[in-house]
Amino acid sequence: MNDIKKPGVSRRGLLKAGAITGLVASTPSFFIKDAWAADFRNNPKNTGELKLGFNVPQSGPYADEGADELRAYKLAVQHLNGEGDGGMLNTFKPSMLTGKGVLGKKVTFATGDTQTKSDAARASAKRMIEKDGVLMVTGGSSSGVAVAVQSLCQEQGIIFMAGLTHSNDTTGKDKRRYGFRHFFNAYMSGAALAPVLNKEYGSDRRAYHLTADYTWGWTQEESIKNSTEALGWETVQTVKTPVGAGDFSQYITPVLNSGADVLILNHYGKDMINSLTQAVQFGLRDKQVNGKNFEIVVPLFSRLMAQGAGDAIKGILGTTNWNWSLQDDGSQAFVKSFGAEYGAPPSMAAQTCYAQTLLYANACEMAGTFYPPEVIKQLEGFNFDGMGNGPTFYRAEDHQCFKDVLVVRGNENPSSQFDLLKVVDVTPRAQVEYDWNIFGGSLGPYIVE
Amino acid sequence: MDAIFIQILNGLDKGAAYALIALGLTLVFGTLGIVNFAHGALFMLGAFCAVTFQKLVTISDRVRDEGVTAFVAYKETPYLEIWFGDTGATIIDYSVPLSILFAIPIMLLIGFVMERGLIKHFYKRSHAEQILVTFGLAIVIQELIKAYFGANPIPQPAPEILAGSANVGSWFGLGNNLVYPWWRLIYLTFSGVTIFSVFAFLKFTTYGMVVRAGMRDRETVGLLGIDIERRFTIVFAIAAMVAGVAGVMYTPILPPDYHMGMDFLVLSFVVVVVGGMGSLGGAVCAGFLLGIVQSFASMNEVKEIFPGIDQIILYLVAVIVLLVLPRGLMGRTGVMDD
Repeated sequence: MNDIKKPGVSRRGLLKAGAITGLVASTPSFFIKDAWAADFRNNPKNTGELKLGFNVPQSGPYADEGADELRAYKLAVQHLNGEGDGGMLNTFKPSMLTGKGVLGKKVTFATGDTQTKSDAARASAKRMIEKDGVLMVTGGSSSGVAVAVQSLCQEQGIIFMAGLTHSNDTTGKDKRRYGFRHFFNAYMSGAALAPVLNKEYGSDRRAYHLTADYTWGWTQEESIKNSTEALGWETVQTVKTPVGAGDFSQYITPVLNSGADVLILNHYGKDMINSLTQAVQFGLRDKQVNGKNFEIVVPLFSRLMAQGAGDAIKGILGTTNWNWSLQDDGSQAFVKSFGAEYGAPPSMAAQTCYAQTLLYANACEMAGTFYPPEVIKQLEGFNFDGMGNGPTFYRAEDHQCFKDVLVVRGNENPSSQFDLLKVVDVTPRAQVEYDWNIFGGSLGPYIVE
Repeated sequence: MDAIFIQILNGLDKGAAYALIALGLTLVFGTLGIVNFAHGALFMLGAFCAVTFQKLVTISDRVRDEGVTAFVAYKETPYLEIWFGDTGATIIDYSVPLSILFAIPIMLLIGFVMERGLIKHFYKRSHAEQILVTFGLAIVIQELIKAYFGANPIPQPAPEILAGSANVGSWFGLGNNLVYPWWRLIYLTFSGVTIFSVFAFLKFTTYGMVVRAGMRDRETVGLLGIDIERRFTIVFAIAAMVAGVAGVMYTPILPPDYHMGMDFLVLSFVVVVVGGMGSLGGAVCAGFLLGIVQSFASMNEVKEIFPGIDQIILYLVAVIVLLVLPRGLMGRTGVMDD
């Protein structure tokens, strides 16, 4: 019998050694914070800073809205780093934010200019991701831009916290695992507006739609059409208008003899200001059709846009995501901080951008890491309050936030230069919720190569 | 019938705006040989003369809204109203037409400074260089306006008495549903008068005759001892004034913003090219032609047959015209042929 031990490693020994090595190697993943350190793009690792990318329109037609978004972001950074009065950090709950940065790192930022053009927005987001090393991208004032940047962020494995984007597509057919929207959408505008339209204008109406010819306009037209038809309204005609048409007279004049008694303007920004101003000049609001006063409805408008429309906006019904006049603690804390810093109330775009920054920061704290898949899991299904519009829910299936929606009217007698919108109804969250399946789309994977 | 009539009105109205800008562009090109891409910016500057005038006449006493503590919110009452009551209110109401008087000297001065300070150095440069420098100037001007006035459009209401619509249907026995805004009808009339005035100035005055001669043959006119350059400077200033006043009058139709000049510039160049480079009559005809074609292309009945035709029709017409008439509708031989 030969019992001389052979030199070298036995197969059993090799297996044991392999198993032990594997266990040791994977141990940090379970017990050590930031265990994914080397595994994701722009990991801040041992640097003392966390950099965020604020991608807003700094030039182009939405530059004023972009400037307001940037003000809000800077305020959010201040508050996260413990400067200023803390703003919504004092009212946001449940929150792990302490005003000492995020996961112990000081928050810094880089900025980009979307120009409200999809290609420019993607280029600036890419620059911030690849050159500035930002860990999260946020901002924007257009759905076209949001969809484009969101898709880029998914490819890059960087979380995108959308700014102002109202198209159903952003969290519908174009939704992405790495994209989140706090802002409301066209479906919710329709659901909130319909009961008020019914109450004010009745159920026997004939509507004519003028619609901006791009993703947001299409989805808003569809949503408002569905909501008003459910009331019993008839849709006489839907007409697509080129973005930036300037003079809408050739689209407005056919309304005069169409038999419609309501004009619905699915326009935003400069298009809304121009089409509304011109529709009023054509005497539509002075008309009587079918024995009723002719009415104009602008389903989405903001205070900044109301300013541009002047007297034409007075008495016009629409919806808005948020307004500085809200009296809840969160809104008031934010308005106070913003007003003290900049001497003016924040716009709805500013509020959503501020909230998005805090929500991302809090999700990192909750996850205990900046590793995007873990941060995403914290945001999915997150219930919170204290950021305006009541208790809010970030739905996991499509990354859409659900909260109360404001129905507003252009103020007939403003008490100040900022008092342009009057809240006529706060539509409860439950009334604007919908099955996430109706808009299709797929979120995609948590882990991207 | 009503729909056709109203689209003709729309087209004339739209065409009037195109023709006015194109007229100034052609005037400058025909006299100075400059392709002025800053011409749209002059239209926009005129509109902002109206904005500035309105700001001046509405300088207000501010009463703070004590209900708001987070920031300073106030209600404004213009001093003109406080001091002069109804008369002050009327001046404010008529701020747009009154601002023409404010815009004329300012636009003449801007035109003069622009020509003497920049444009004259590019007379002998290539058209490509002229386009680059004037386009750069346009961007500088619009960014300056944005920095001061912001990016949002600023409402400029027409006088209250002209804010509604005229029942044009009843004028032509076409029914009561055919209405058209008073201010647009005024703009159409104003354009007609301005275009006629410019033509009359060039056709019936000695000054205009010299300018026309200079447009044909600058050197010969110079040999006669006429300081043609000085006259061309004045022509540039007049073109700037025409663009500026057109901008003022357009503000109640389109609330002005820093980019409005650029929006019109591209369309106006299409108009100039279709009309024929350097042809004043061509620019005016093409302006109205394209305005009317664009309006008809936007009719629902047309779009049902050709979806999206309203967005490309101007360029389609331009392609067809240039294929058939390479120098445009009334272009002269030798202009931009090099």
